[in-house]
Amino acid sequence: MITKEATEVAPAPRDEVPEPPRPAKKRERAWDEAPRWQIYLPLGIYLIFTLIPFYWILLFALRPAGSTSLVPWPITFEHFEKVWTERSFGTYFQNSVLVGVATLLVTTVVALAGGYALARFNFKVKRAFMLALLCSQFVPGALLLVPLFEIFAELKMINSLGSVILAETVFQLPLSMILISNFIKNVPYSLEEAAWVDGCNRMTAFRIVVLPLLRPGLIAVGSFAFVHSWNHFLFALMFLNNQEKQTIPVGLNTLMSADSVDLGALAAGGIIAAVPVVIVFAFIQKWLITGFSAGAVKG
Amino acid sequence: MAQAAAVAKPPAPPRRRRASATPRRLPYLLIAPAALLMLGFIAYPVISVFYYSLQNYNPTKPWRNGFAGFDNFVHAFTDDPQFWDTLIFSGKWVVVEVGLQLLFGLALALIVNQTFVGRALGRALVFSPWAVSGVLTSAIWVLLYNSQTGITRYLADMGIGSYGTSWLSDTSTVFPAAVVADLWRGVPFFAILILADLQSVSKDLYEAAEVDGASRIKQFWHITLPHLKDAIVLSTLLRAVWEFNNVDLLYTLTGGGPAGETTTLPLYIANTSVDAHNFGYASALTTVAFVILLFCSVVYLRLSKFGGEEK
Repeated sequence: MITKEATEVAPAPRDEVPEPPRPAKKRERAWDEAPRWQIYLPLGIYLIFTLIPFYWILLFALRPAGSTSLVPWPITFEHFEKVWTERSFGTYFQNSVLVGVATLLVTTVVALAGGYALARFNFKVKRAFMLALLCSQFVPGALLLVPLFEIFAELKMINSLGSVILAETVFQLPLSMILISNFIKNVPYSLEEAAWVDGCNRMTAFRIVVLPLLRPGLIAVGSFAFVHSWNHFLFALMFLNNQEKQTIPVGLNTLMSADSVDLGALAAGGIIAAVPVVIVFAFIQKWLITGFSAGAVKG
Repeated sequence: MAQAAAVAKPPAPPRRRRASATPRRLPYLLIAPAALLMLGFIAYPVISVFYYSLQNYNPTKPWRNGFAGFDNFVHAFTDDPQFWDTLIFSGKWVVVEVGLQLLFGLALALIVNQTFVGRALGRALVFSPWAVSGVLTSAIWVLLYNSQTGITRYLADMGIGSYGTSWLSDTSTVFPAAVVADLWRGVPFFAILILADLQSVSKDLYEAAEVDGASRIKQFWHITLPHLKDAIVLSTLLRAVWEFNNVDLLYTLTGGGPAGETTTLPLYIANTSVDAHNFGYASALTTVAFVILLFCSVVYLRLSKFGGEEK
């Protein structure tokens, strides 16, 4: 419920400016517009803290090995070439994409089905199921490594990307399902009912009426699942022993734990790890702030 | 909602009957895939952890395997100083991280909620570390903290500190160094959540307060903060559990070192099971961690008024 309110009340940031007549705007100034220096000074200081690490990794990735210049000039791509071929980041990248996309698809489809049931029906085990979803938030995957390893060994899935996809999906599901059920609750039930009256069955009504309205929500949930599985490290570290099968975070860890760390290669590998996530982030950033994250926390 | 459906019942065309007949089994079919996955890969492992916690179970010493009763727990609480050290460090880590992340996150959210030139870019930049993984965060900070070519070298060039300082391998600096690295990634989480909640504060409240002559600080204390309370309580709890459980960053940044100085309980558990193969003991420690987390879950469910939304 709270989510609904948040999404509805949240104004598109830029629209609010022209609305009020002059005098009202002047009154708003007092709380809405702090003195400029109170905004730019702390923001600037924090941005320095945020951006120096990013600059640092770019610097190491682009300047020649052994250089100590603070400007990445002359620019070189030798580290990228090296890490992509010699350190098999090309293979890792493929594996990570595979894991990320598969997790995204499976999570979204399974969570969509479950989320629909939670939003639209009252059934016996609903409360218990919701409780299980919330409690699972507190079960750390890291502490279940041993039993999970045994299960996958039993299923002969060790060293197959399937094990990582399954494990990532399972730990993504609860939150995704809660989110999606909240999104579905925001679509008036009467719309669906109207479609039934017009002769659609439940499935068709869902596909034609509800699904298009869920698109932004599904994009957010899917991106979330992708970013998580792209970033997550322990499952891949534990379940994939074969170097050919490993993912980018494991590759980064291998670079870091070497006796003498090749800093240029590490930086280039880090940038390769960051690129897809940055793209997804730019894509969903606006979404993240309105409603989506509020729903994520309040369930 | 069920009520509305009943009232709106049209003179039943044949399809209508099917739509109202299916729901009995339909919801179960719909949650079945999720429920099965969670039973198999969350519930079953959790139960087997409880089972192993009462066993001596070590694949490298099979002759000792068997029922152990509460030996593992007794050993942890009475005979294992490392357990206590890691538990205390976990508490310290969680409190410091969550406290500082909340403080900076709240401040940042308040700032980027204002209207100013360059706000969209400012937000995007400030929030960007949110998407960066624990391992990548480690990689970045390993580069920054590196004793030869890291930031200390350039600070030393400017006359601050000395050459060859390695913050990550010195027991007196490793804690703040790790805290700062995790803050870098964690602050945006709070900033995003709080900003989302800030957008739902009614503007009328501020206008009314303005008319009454309340200062901006007073408005913050009496309007903004009470409004944010729920969001803050919940995100703090979620984050605390997450910070407790998460091992990516410390595992890759410090490896729990130097000298076990930055080993959290989950990291200790991972080491006990993966390196020492002492699965039984690791399971007992996991159970202890569960109990601590369960306590948090109960508080979490209470505070979120779980189930209250269904009227």
